Amino acid sequence: MSFVANDYKPEQPPPRKESGALGWARANLFNSWFNTALTLLALYFLIETVPPLIRWLFIDAVWGLVGPDVCREADGACWSFIRLKYRQILFGTYPFDQQWRPLIAMILIVSVALLSCIRRFWQPWMVGVWIATLFIYITLLGGGVFGLRPVRTELWGGLPLTLMLAFVGIAVAFPISVLLALGRRSDMPIIKAICVGYIELIRGVPLITLLFMASFMLPLFMPSGVSIDAVLRAQVAIIVFVSSYLAEVIRGGLQALPKGQYEAAHTLGLSYWQMQRKIILPQALTISIPPIVNTYLGLFKDTSLVAIISLTDLLLATRQSFADPEWRRFFVEAYIFVALIYWVFCYYMSKYSQYLERVLNTGHKR
Amino acid sequence: MAEQAARRGGAGPGPRESTAFLRDPRIRAIIYQVLVLGGVILLAVYLVSNTMTNLEQRSIRTGFGFLQSEAGFYIGETTLVNYAASDSYGRAFLVGISNTLRVALIGIVLATILGTIAGVARLSSNWLIAKLASIYVEVMRNVPLLLQLFFWYGLISAALPASRDAVAILPGTYLSRSGLQYPAPIAHWIHPWMLLSILVALGACYAYYRWAKQKQAQTGVEPRLFLPFVGFLLGFPVIVWLIGGAPMAVDMPELGAFRLVGGAAMSPEFLALLLGLTFYTAGFIAEIVRAGILAVPWGQTEAASSLGLKRSFVLRLVLLPQALRIIIPPTTSQFLNLTKNSSLAVAIGYPDLVSVGNTTLNQTGQAIECISIMMACYLFFSLSISFFMNWYNKNIALVER
Amino acid sequence: MTQTKWLAAAAAVALIGFSGSYAQAQTLNQVQDRDALRCGVNVGLAGFSIADDQGNWTGLDVDYCRALAAAVLGDADKVEYVPLSAQARFTALQSGEVDVLSRNTTWTTTRDAGLGIHFVGVTFYDGQGFMVPADLGVESAHDLSGAEVCVQTGTTTELNLADFFRANDMDLQPVVFEGFEESLNAFFGGRCQVYTTDMSGLAAIRSVDAENPEDYVILPETISKEPLGPSVRRGDDQWFAIAKWVNYALIETEELGITSENVDELRENSDNPGVQRVLGVTGDLADLLGLENDWAYDIVSQVGNYGEIFERNVGVDTPLGLERGVNALWTDGGLMYSMPIR
Repeated sequence: MSFVANDYKPEQPPPRKESGALGWARANLFNSWFNTALTLLALYFLIETVPPLIRWLFIDAVWGLVGPDVCREADGACWSFIRLKYRQILFGTYPFDQQWRPLIAMILIVSVALLSCIRRFWQPWMVGVWIATLFIYITLLGGGVFGLRPVRTELWGGLPLTLMLAFVGIAVAFPISVLLALGRRSDMPIIKAICVGYIELIRGVPLITLLFMASFMLPLFMPSGVSIDAVLRAQVAIIVFVSSYLAEVIRGGLQALPKGQYEAAHTLGLSYWQMQRKIILPQALTISIPPIVNTYLGLFKDTSLVAIISLTDLLLATRQSFADPEWRRFFVEAYIFVALIYWVFCYYMSKYSQYLERVLNTGHKR
Repeated sequence: MAEQAARRGGAGPGPRESTAFLRDPRIRAIIYQVLVLGGVILLAVYLVSNTMTNLEQRSIRTGFGFLQSEAGFYIGETTLVNYAASDSYGRAFLVGISNTLRVALIGIVLATILGTIAGVARLSSNWLIAKLASIYVEVMRNVPLLLQLFFWYGLISAALPASRDAVAILPGTYLSRSGLQYPAPIAHWIHPWMLLSILVALGACYAYYRWAKQKQAQTGVEPRLFLPFVGFLLGFPVIVWLIGGAPMAVDMPELGAFRLVGGAAMSPEFLALLLGLTFYTAGFIAEIVRAGILAVPWGQTEAASSLGLKRSFVLRLVLLPQALRIIIPPTTSQFLNLTKNSSLAVAIGYPDLVSVGNTTLNQTGQAIECISIMMACYLFFSLSISFFMNWYNKNIALVER
Repeated sequence: MTQTKWLAAAAAVALIGFSGSYAQAQTLNQVQDRDALRCGVNVGLAGFSIADDQGNWTGLDVDYCRALAAAVLGDADKVEYVPLSAQARFTALQSGEVDVLSRNTTWTTTRDAGLGIHFVGVTFYDGQGFMVPADLGVESAHDLSGAEVCVQTGTTTELNLADFFRANDMDLQPVVFEGFEESLNAFFGGRCQVYTTDMSGLAAIRSVDAENPEDYVILPETISKEPLGPSVRRGDDQWFAIAKWVNYALIETEELGITSENVDELRENSDNPGVQRVLGVTGDLADLLGLENDWAYDIVSQVGNYGEIFERNVGVDTPLGLERGVNALWTDGGLMYSMPIR
């Protein structure tokens, strides 16, 4: 039977139109007339914007340590401005010769934060590590002990201040928010009402009004003569603000737990706090970690609002860096620089929270 | 749990019985609540008494009486409420509220449109578009809004031409460092009636929609909706305008001594705030839209297709109703966030509620009253948006069977 | 539960540790215990209070703080400067965050009577004016109708501006900013055609903040009275008196011709009873104030008299280049007049 092939035909490469770069482009860019139009539009947009942007950012940019006159002549970005002023941007008004202290403090807190991202370290002793870290952080910044020169809080500034407001904010707000969340789910009407009222009141108003309240009203609330530091006042406002958001996140975690967990705990004869500590909270908090990281991310961005009440955080320090009339026109470079700092922190946090969401999503679902 | 505790308490010998009632959860609950309530009240009393002493000691005025006294300062932008420096502080607050609402409402509409486009674009089968959209989303979400606002504001004032050299982007519409100036019709008695007629047109749309649905239920043919709607919404005001004698007078921006005067204007502060809020919030809405669409199982699309529905019907009748159910609640909270974030206007000098409140605070020194007013207004906005959205949510939600 | 309690207790302790000391005690004792004067100053206004890169403060307002520190602590360098925005200044003083507010603040009825503070005197008589870019060709403030004016909120400036435009029936388009920096950036960025603040401030801004001072002109009209002076919290009469008499001492010493150069010599050799009284050689005026006998000597030797302070910070040889004008001594036809120190 000659018309039946008795061996396999050699494998042919796929048609050129469907493989390789061309095939990929066909499948992903030009698979319909609408997509083709979109692609062409996007390409046009990219060609119009990207090359000039790259030229401005890199090729025509001034990189050397030169004065504003040279920059004014150039067509590109003036990175020498950042090179000259980066310490003012990063540390604000912190005494120049003492800036190694906030630097060490930042390295410390960022490394502890990175270590806490590893799930193996999610142990009770981590809480102790964090308390110690925050304590060391504030001591390093404030000084006054171990031969460190005291530095008044008015001088704290830049990234160290931003990090402190965010980390201390979330650390102190966390226990408060657990209590609020439990209170909101409690069946004691008065406690529930108080917690709901607090949470909804704070979530209903913008952070800036809380900051104004902290800076204008808090001094009136104190017994006559007691004055609170401006930084601490802002910190209190941030704690109050973030605790209500965290409480809602944790409540979400509590609600996500199957009812059986509560029933099982009751069956074992555990008291309310035993049940919360041993059964409910460990699970609820684990589920809540990704949204907690997201809340933290939001808080990290929101700390920039303290610039409005004149605390020299990263954003205000940046604005002060180009207050010099000679450098005023280079604000774009300064903003790009700090935007990059904020972006790196926030982007990796959001990626981490997405990663956790995938990893932690293995347990029970609603 | 009640029996349990009672049993444990009751089982104990003699001395335990005296504490038995403490182990009753109901009694303990009451004790806890009394303690907490007492603590809160004590704290409140402490703070209030401190405040009263301080206010008295420092002879700071109290009370809301100042709202009636003359403000004495000008406000740069007064769109909806007429205001002059001789008006009262109360009226100044009204201007602030109207300015907040103005930027928030326009921002919500624009952010929803942009966010939906970006969210759908991220799911596009077009690789380039999807990438561009995701870059947009990642940049917007991860840079503080305040920084973006400063950036936009700086850019607007640096990139636009000086006020006297305004460029015309459309005939009669100019862009410069004084903002966007455009022709505005000179006030005429018919204008309020035209606004009213739009409301009537909305009512007509609703009535027509009900009729169309009924007709569809009876005959199976769905009458056209789009054209009649446009007809109502445009036709009614035009008819009223014609009845009013078709007033054509328009106030055109013209070059004055320093800048273009006349017409209506959007200040650079307003534009920067609007741009910032829109781009920032759209980044979040995009993610919500994307998640919402992804959350509808693929089987729904397949099932709808196997029923022989057209692609556009699949989207409109099957996918969207389900996706919207997931999208609406988080979008509501984004709308709330946008409204609250509009308070950052104070940093770039747009006279919103917080900015006006802050000025009043500085001129009168009455911090408690001014901040309370601000907070109360935002609470009111928040509560009304969430009530409205809850109501809408209830209407749109599919009844699960 | 116990853990939570401990946490709460720790938080409370931390809060108290952070919060400042009691001001219930007399401010003077407090300053002496702390061995530093906390002085609220402007965040940065050339000639009045401005810090260099190393954080050294100079200016007319700063020199008042230094004089006060010299009087109560014997050392003009023992000052902690607290830079304050226009809005935060009164709260900071009321709440005891600063002992004295020396931040080009206008003395008005509302502030003196309604904000819980006392003004101690006037260190600079000023008035509000306008600055415009030279190329606009404007010569008088009365030609400003229709212009956009950049102004900082929380100031008397904002109110005077409104008054002036209303009184002259002119059209005003204000652009109001929260911060000094923002308002400056906006003006120099071309957002507004006019900038308004006190005349001295305009001079400072023109000389320091403008890229090219010749591009801007200050209009001749002065539209308001702006007596600028330091203020203290109400409720501490002793501190109020000290702050007041430090200001007078600066003026009195100029009137008596005591300068930082000749003060040592005059203390040794002067026969003028007035000089002897001021410098604490005779009399017990210092006791009445609760200060050391050489308080005025410390002021003049370390900071100088009012004339020296003026010339050093804002006078004709400085970038601001201001004439003494109304700020001259009353004997020279100005308004600076000290109550007799006796």
